[in-house]
Amino acid sequence: MMYILRRIILLITTILLVSIITFGVFQILPGDPVRTMLGTEADSTQIENLRFELGLDRPLYEQYVDWMKGLLTGQLGDSIRFSMPVKELLFDRLPVTMSLAGLTLIIVLIISLPLGMFAARRQNKLSDVSLSTVTQIGMAVPSFWLGMMLILYIGLQFSFFKISGYIPWTQSVTGALSTLILPALTIAIPQIAVNFRYVRTAILEQVQLDYVRTIRSKGMSEQNVMYKHVLKNSMIPILTVFGLIMAEVVAGTIIVEQVFSLPGIGQLLITAISNRDFPLVQGIVMYITVAVVMINFIVDVLYSVLDPRIRLR
Amino acid sequence: MKLKNRGFMLITFIMALVMSACSSDGEKNAASTGTSDGQTTTDVPQEIVVRVNDDPDFLDPHKATASISYQMILNIFEGLMAPETDGSLKEGLAESYEISEDGLTYTFKIRQGVKFHNGDDVTMEDIQYSFDRLMGKNGGEKMSNNFDNVASTEAPDANTFVIKLKEPNSNFLYSLTARQSAIIPKSNDGKHNENPIGTGPFAFVKYAPGTNLELKKNEHYWQEGLPYLNKVTFAFQSDDQAAIMSLMANEVDLTSVPWHRVSEVEASYNLSHQNNNSSLIVTFNETKAPFDNVKVRQAINYAISKADIIDSVFAGYAVPLGSNMSPAMGDFQKKGLESMYERDVEKAKALLAEAGYPDGFKTKITVSSHNDIYSNIAQIVVANLQEIGIDVEIEVVEWGIWLDRVYFGRDYEMTTIDLTGRASAYEILNDYISTNDSENFFLFKNEEYDKIMADVLKETDQAKQIDYYHRAQEILAEQATAVYIADYQIVWGSDKQVTGLKSYPFWFHDMSEVKFSN
Repeated sequence: MMYILRRIILLITTILLVSIITFGVFQILPGDPVRTMLGTEADSTQIENLRFELGLDRPLYEQYVDWMKGLLTGQLGDSIRFSMPVKELLFDRLPVTMSLAGLTLIIVLIISLPLGMFAARRQNKLSDVSLSTVTQIGMAVPSFWLGMMLILYIGLQFSFFKISGYIPWTQSVTGALSTLILPALTIAIPQIAVNFRYVRTAILEQVQLDYVRTIRSKGMSEQNVMYKHVLKNSMIPILTVFGLIMAEVVAGTIIVEQVFSLPGIGQLLITAISNRDFPLVQGIVMYITVAVVMINFIVDVLYSVLDPRIRLR
Repeated sequence: MKLKNRGFMLITFIMALVMSACSSDGEKNAASTGTSDGQTTTDVPQEIVVRVNDDPDFLDPHKATASISYQMILNIFEGLMAPETDGSLKEGLAESYEISEDGLTYTFKIRQGVKFHNGDDVTMEDIQYSFDRLMGKNGGEKMSNNFDNVASTEAPDANTFVIKLKEPNSNFLYSLTARQSAIIPKSNDGKHNENPIGTGPFAFVKYAPGTNLELKKNEHYWQEGLPYLNKVTFAFQSDDQAAIMSLMANEVDLTSVPWHRVSEVEASYNLSHQNNNSSLIVTFNETKAPFDNVKVRQAINYAISKADIIDSVFAGYAVPLGSNMSPAMGDFQKKGLESMYERDVEKAKALLAEAGYPDGFKTKITVSSHNDIYSNIAQIVVANLQEIGIDVEIEVVEWGIWLDRVYFGRDYEMTTIDLTGRASAYEILNDYISTNDSENFFLFKNEEYDKIMADVLKETDQAKQIDYYHRAQEILAEQATAVYIADYQIVWGSDKQVTGLKSYPFWFHDMSEVKFSN
């Protein structure tokens, strides 16, 4: 229990620290959101009106206090660029990013786990060496390029796949899949490569241990050895990497949503930063922070379930 | 062995997923155009997806300032006057107008029977409300500086609207198009941005930030037979390369095509070339040495090769300029200035030496990162100026920082940018008036220029106005205020069935006459 409590305190401190830093950073960064939004065409009256409307003419400490108050009540203020509540924009985009991240994780899991186990069992054979080489390439590929290649060689060849936009699941399941598969593959491919290597190594480490030799000598089937014992005992190192991969997936959506014009949180973040829309950036950064911190928290808790010794550390 | 079977099953599952995915061909077309309902009058669905590269800044026409917003929202709104494709004006919501001899009183007869998208008739009260709102006379903030010269507005009867000016202004009619003074309904007060209502050929349906803006046909449009399209969707997509792929994948019907990719699409799509009416310039801070010396500016003009920039950055799709006006402006443009500074490295070196810089100097060109063209141009500028001994460092900054530091802060040495085209010659050239603090970021100061630009406003004869504008352009060229590089073309690629696209000397996707033909 103490272990989980310690983790929760760490979680809250991280979120608070990030919130303070995000507010501070945007006060220091150069670039005026009002001028960026209105460009060179606006006259002085239009600039002043908008600054007043957004409350940007008020002293900094007032803006800060307001933002903190809002944060505690879950109100993230209004976006400067889109003249609407940040919360509304986030809620509109969240399903897109969550779907993308979820689908990516499923793809990573169903491919990398069996593949890693397969390679481990055939250590140093041709299939293992080829898989390791292919995944080495997979890890090195930049996701922007990969996305473009998928658009060119799959998106444009097979009309099912949409290369831009998003269709909600509620409207059409196949429609949603048609918009999400290629972006999900773009993020998944390098992550499959990473996870494959960790699964392979973790399993190889286990199968060399004495207990495996013992249970094998007792005549247990190879499938039982692998799934009931080896895989379970390999889960701790695999989980560590999986936690990192989940964080990578959340971050990966930023670039991939841009490539596929997917209206998710990542795309919104890019627009918000380039427009110096700091209420919106702050909102999104808070969302990403909470997501990543929560993932790490869950992974930590899972560790302690899988290996009770961890709780004692 | 069993594991092998599982691997096989997994691959089979993935294959099955992909195959089933690829087989549902028809659904994609329906999704991308949403037009397979067969409810349209012709066989071809009259719904278009137009790609634009950013969201509008505001949907409220009195608040919007960005060119990108007007590309879209001019389909929703109309003003008393309307723009023509050649840059001239025609009557819009005004059926006719008269200007008094002293140039101070403008009397408009308003078109009768025009309805707003909500079904209400356009009344004098709405017109009065629209101008009062712009001038800040109805209790709210002033929305624009364009009407500072207005002494009074009145509606003597149900179809006459009179505007009186404090001083004559030959450019005033240009302030009466939807871009500057859209007519909006009083009944929609406070909701103009969330639910914009106008009288244009298309009515607002939905705006999804970062995704798209949907418009539908105005069934009661006053221009007989227009528009043809039932639905217009402006899809926001910032990346040019991705946009081309969307065109190829049939997800958008109209988009601009990056110059170097024209050859890939010209066989399968209709291409139209629009003179952008913008002036792409390389310019200087004219209060900073050595750019305060006209000889240095002229030397740079002789050294920079417009042809190199046009060929390499715009793949040839650009017209060289000699001053801050494009051929898109017709008679208003002074012809021949583009050859005033034919590339001449020796002459440039001699001018630099005369100016006191025989060995050249070091300087910096600050460019925005929001469009590749600026850094591409900067690289050619560096190579060109190196030949005359000027050592240029390139500094790439974000758009927001460029605006802050270069445009508004005037803290720069050299920069490159394209100045957006306007329909009015005056508005194009007034950037250089020394008292125009908001736009004269070159800090150009020339008494003759200021006088010409003041005189032209009082001149009612158009031939004489043109003479003034020509002289103003000569001054800019003689003073080498900037290196006027080119007006680059926008190449529009569209589905072969799309017809009726009109191009204006400013950014406007006029969808009123667009249709899909067999």
